[in-house]
Amino acid sequence: MPGQPQAAPVKGFFTDTTLCIGCKACEVACKQWNQLPDDGFLFTGMSYDNTAHLGASTWRHVAFIERPAPLHPQNEGAFSWLFSSDVCKHCARAGCLEACPTGAIIRTEFGSVYVQPDVCNGCGYCIVSCPFGVIDRREEDGRAWKCTLCYDRLRADMQPACAKSCPTESIQFGNLEDLRKQARERVEKLHSQGMREAYLYGESAASQPGTEGLHAFFLLVDKPEVYNLPPDPIVPTKTVKDAWTAMAAGALGIALAALGAAFFAHKNGAQS
Amino acid sequence: MGTSFGRGGATDFPGDIVNSDVIVIEGSNMAECHPVAFRWVMKARERGATLIHVDPRFTRTSAVSDIHVPIRAGSDIAFLGGIIRYIIENERYFKDYVVHYTNAPAIINKDFKDTEDLDGLFSGWQKDKGHYQTRTWMYEDVDPEPAGGERESEAAKKGQPIQRQPIQAEHTDLTLQHPRCVFQIVKRHYSRYTPEMVEETCGIPKQLFLKVAETLCRNSGRERTGVFIYAVGWTQHSVGVQYIRAAAIMQLLLGNMGRPGGGVIALRGHASIQGSTDIPTLYNLLPGYLPMPKAKHDKDLETYLKLNQSPSGWWGEYTKYFVSLMKAWYGPAATQQNDWCYNYLPTLTGDHSHMNTVVDMADGTVKGYFVMGENPVAGSMHGALQRKGLRQLDWLVVRDFQLTETADFWREAPEIERGEVKPQDIATEVFFFPAAAHTEKDGSFTNTQRLLQWHHKAIDPPGDARSELDFIFKLGRRLKRLYQYEYADPRNWPIRDLIWDYPTQGPLEEPDAEAVLHEINGYTVHDGKPVEGFTSLKEDGSTACGAWIYSGCYRGGVNMTARRKPHWEQNWVAPEWGWAWPHNRRILYNRASADPQGQPWSERKALVWWDEKKQQWTGHDVPDFIVERPPDYRPGKEARGKDTISGIDPFVMQSDGKGWIFVPTGLQDGPLPTHYEPQESVIQNPLYGQQCNPERMEWMRKDNPYHQPYNDPRFPYLITTYRLTEHHTAGGMSRWLSWLSELQPEMFCEVSPELAKECKLKNGGWATIRTMRGEIEARVLVTNRIPPLRIKGRIIHQIGLPYHWSSKGLIRGDAANELIGFVADPNVSIQESKAFTGMIEPGRKSKGRRHVTSGRLVKKLPGREQDRDLPQARHKPETSHGFKAMETKEGNV
Repeated sequence: MPGQPQAAPVKGFFTDTTLCIGCKACEVACKQWNQLPDDGFLFTGMSYDNTAHLGASTWRHVAFIERPAPLHPQNEGAFSWLFSSDVCKHCARAGCLEACPTGAIIRTEFGSVYVQPDVCNGCGYCIVSCPFGVIDRREEDGRAWKCTLCYDRLRADMQPACAKSCPTESIQFGNLEDLRKQARERVEKLHSQGMREAYLYGESAASQPGTEGLHAFFLLVDKPEVYNLPPDPIVPTKTVKDAWTAMAAGALGIALAALGAAFFAHKNGAQS
Repeated sequence: MGTSFGRGGATDFPGDIVNSDVIVIEGSNMAECHPVAFRWVMKARERGATLIHVDPRFTRTSAVSDIHVPIRAGSDIAFLGGIIRYIIENERYFKDYVVHYTNAPAIINKDFKDTEDLDGLFSGWQKDKGHYQTRTWMYEDVDPEPAGGERESEAAKKGQPIQRQPIQAEHTDLTLQHPRCVFQIVKRHYSRYTPEMVEETCGIPKQLFLKVAETLCRNSGRERTGVFIYAVGWTQHSVGVQYIRAAAIMQLLLGNMGRPGGGVIALRGHASIQGSTDIPTLYNLLPGYLPMPKAKHDKDLETYLKLNQSPSGWWGEYTKYFVSLMKAWYGPAATQQNDWCYNYLPTLTGDHSHMNTVVDMADGTVKGYFVMGENPVAGSMHGALQRKGLRQLDWLVVRDFQLTETADFWREAPEIERGEVKPQDIATEVFFFPAAAHTEKDGSFTNTQRLLQWHHKAIDPPGDARSELDFIFKLGRRLKRLYQYEYADPRNWPIRDLIWDYPTQGPLEEPDAEAVLHEINGYTVHDGKPVEGFTSLKEDGSTACGAWIYSGCYRGGVNMTARRKPHWEQNWVAPEWGWAWPHNRRILYNRASADPQGQPWSERKALVWWDEKKQQWTGHDVPDFIVERPPDYRPGKEARGKDTISGIDPFVMQSDGKGWIFVPTGLQDGPLPTHYEPQESVIQNPLYGQQCNPERMEWMRKDNPYHQPYNDPRFPYLITTYRLTEHHTAGGMSRWLSWLSELQPEMFCEVSPELAKECKLKNGGWATIRTMRGEIEARVLVTNRIPPLRIKGRIIHQIGLPYHWSSKGLIRGDAANELIGFVADPNVSIQESKAFTGMIEPGRKSKGRRHVTSGRLVKKLPGREQDRDLPQARHKPETSHGFKAMETKEGNV
């Protein structure tokens, strides 16, 4: 039926930070397409980063990392400057989605995680459930907002605005499976060129069990923390079973203890 | 570029950078200022090319480069000269290329004296005139005609009938051994530019320098090529043209011109800057680089043509281009009998470049001013003097998207904020016109790669906003109406007779932009049919053409500039995307991609070649050569014009067909690039007694004071200015847009941790930066990206200032250009804004006097002005440079 979502291959982003030139075209293209407001005019003094982090109205954010360490195989100078365009990871297991009590957050036919603004009631459970601190509530309307993977553009057979505007193909958009293959080849190539530090962040469930893998994954050259990414993100609901088990065990223990106490009291009472 | 190769345009297109084996970006921050073209650099790197970035700062370009070379701002010629020496001393030049395609074998006049002989001056300095007489720089017994630069003034200077012989093969030494041949002169000229000297001058460690030099040499030759990319980081110096010359020499020695992955790419500052010199907004050129007539010597058409038409090379066709231009402008009124209306053209009485115009405004000589697509109060040098000029005007017209600082100078400006100037005292009548954006008008851009790309109007402009084309067209129509009844006075005829009849369209009655393109392309007068290209132009008045270099862009009535065939559907040169001048050639001088016999130097670097069977040049690109001229053709003694171009002359615009390593004529300040310090420097010139470019343009005025030439205790730091990727030039297109404003919201200065410690500056805090021209405040960004340099045991600190901010818009801040004085390159009158000295202190600016126009900012020190020049170059008469403003004012040229 026309207009009805059809099952499509899972789509995602592969952000190769070694190709990023920090131009922020992705940030601007995202804001323009999605008509997002500015975040205020604040000089942070943190390198060239003045939007600071992802938020309700910044859905792509470029981090600038000035490092007192060389980047192999660049020249011997003991300095390098890393750029990385961060975005919602569209986790295979999404904390925000699982926490949403109203059903506003859904998984789309592209495998992306999407907030329906007309359903969201602004409860904010999703915000504390995102291990990356991506989703955020907008002051003005109270609702939660984040990257939509340009759902409207995908429906019209266009790629997301950020990937489209990236001049150096640092942001690649496509079928997740293809991107994963490309990314692994890219890492091998960089290793062979002497960039030994290159690795993939969150490209599979195996490498990041806490999220069961990211649909928007990254090629990094330093520890995740350097890019303000958690080294071992875990979606809160992943731990629910453990929590319940622990609670059940606790409850059982208490019950047993109570029973034991009662039994003991009874025995003592009987004795007296 | 014009004097070295023949044409003033990038010799290559960005897409070809993927074919480079080494890429040197110097005087440009390409990743930030040209991020879209930079994709090709990234692709080249992926294919294994080495990327070298030479810059005082570690920028976003450096971040992805293989080698970053920190350099003292203003010392590039010493660095490039060092590489030239390395190439020659180690015999790493491409000998077959150098011998056949450059003027290295040419023997120079026996009276020539080098800067090595005269401590920083070339022979010919005229003490009384304060200028060079360039006679001794010429080839032996031959006076070559320059293709660029000061063509006809050079001819006129000699004050004799111009009857020259085309250049012939004699007076050359193909073994390059003759002591007076160009090769030996260059070798001697750079003999002291050793790696040690480079270290002492530029602050570049010897090992790093050697690594760069070796990488360049290793990636040049038959099999490999390298490209040089520059932007205004090279041009905005008092010796800027010679920076580019130094790169030209290097590329000629390495054999990198006219070949895939080679060339010199001049990145243009913003959309259609290349176009604005092709069909110029420059005061001294007519469309297609035809010089404006000069009052002093171009008395009539005959003299004008005599002085401009070269007897050899492509400029032999000059008359055809000029007559066709006059037919395009004046139609039937232009006849052979009235010299094609030559007398209608205004004649130049002096230098009317930007800075001279501004001081003429300040002095009350210039009464009216049109400002379109520019915001000089924020974007041009010396804001206080700019506004002083605006205050003296009778009227000012500004066309822009926003009410810019220039349009509102009478209401919001630093001196008004301080109460020194009151709006009610300013008599200037200001007219502000809202301008249409590129999406709201038809037209073309000519960008970096000489590529014309058409853009179609998507929507009508809002409200009263109109395109420049519409504005100028309607202004012209009104003027014509005013003049139509004033037949009697011949001074009105140039407007009366002007052909101004473009068809209009749409509800706004806008002129049809394609009709303008048709005129630019040229047509046969009797039927209006578009000509095929400039080779179809005639000197008998039967053709009309608005800009000969663009001829062919509308051939067959097809808008070639609107072609959009993707590069993956055609060969790698992509000739069917847009249209490039001249003749859709994408890589200029590409005859040089083949050896003298006409075969590619190597398969890997094949571009065009001679097809023996078809008896013509063919290849991937349109040959930049006479297609049917065989490689073994040699002109006879009697040859004239195009016939003088031999089969081994790839630089067809040059009068001798060769790439000019040594420029015998066409430049004001010397045939070879020589290291001179900026007007204001932190060190004494380590190479010569002559501190600065002796021909530099100075403006000796109270409102334009200079610091001491070097070691000024009041101004101990070196300052450089630049752009950020987040903003656009003077900010008219970015400071009013929230999405861009939030990315770089405040004016800031970049300083090293060492300088921050020395001056007690805190990251995120405030600093005040001062020169004798003005004082500004900025946020402090402490970063290792602007490292201090070590020169002769001394630490040299540099301060970085982006220049996008000013007093209006969503985000406001001080303009870096308030700090910069008027001083310029003598060849092109471009200001020196990339290297000057200043002071920095913690805290916000003083509330007292802040601009030189409101009084002296600092204590006067005993003048050391004379230390800029050797004794014989010190006294510059009033009519010479240094007082060029006087020339126009008194009309005494």
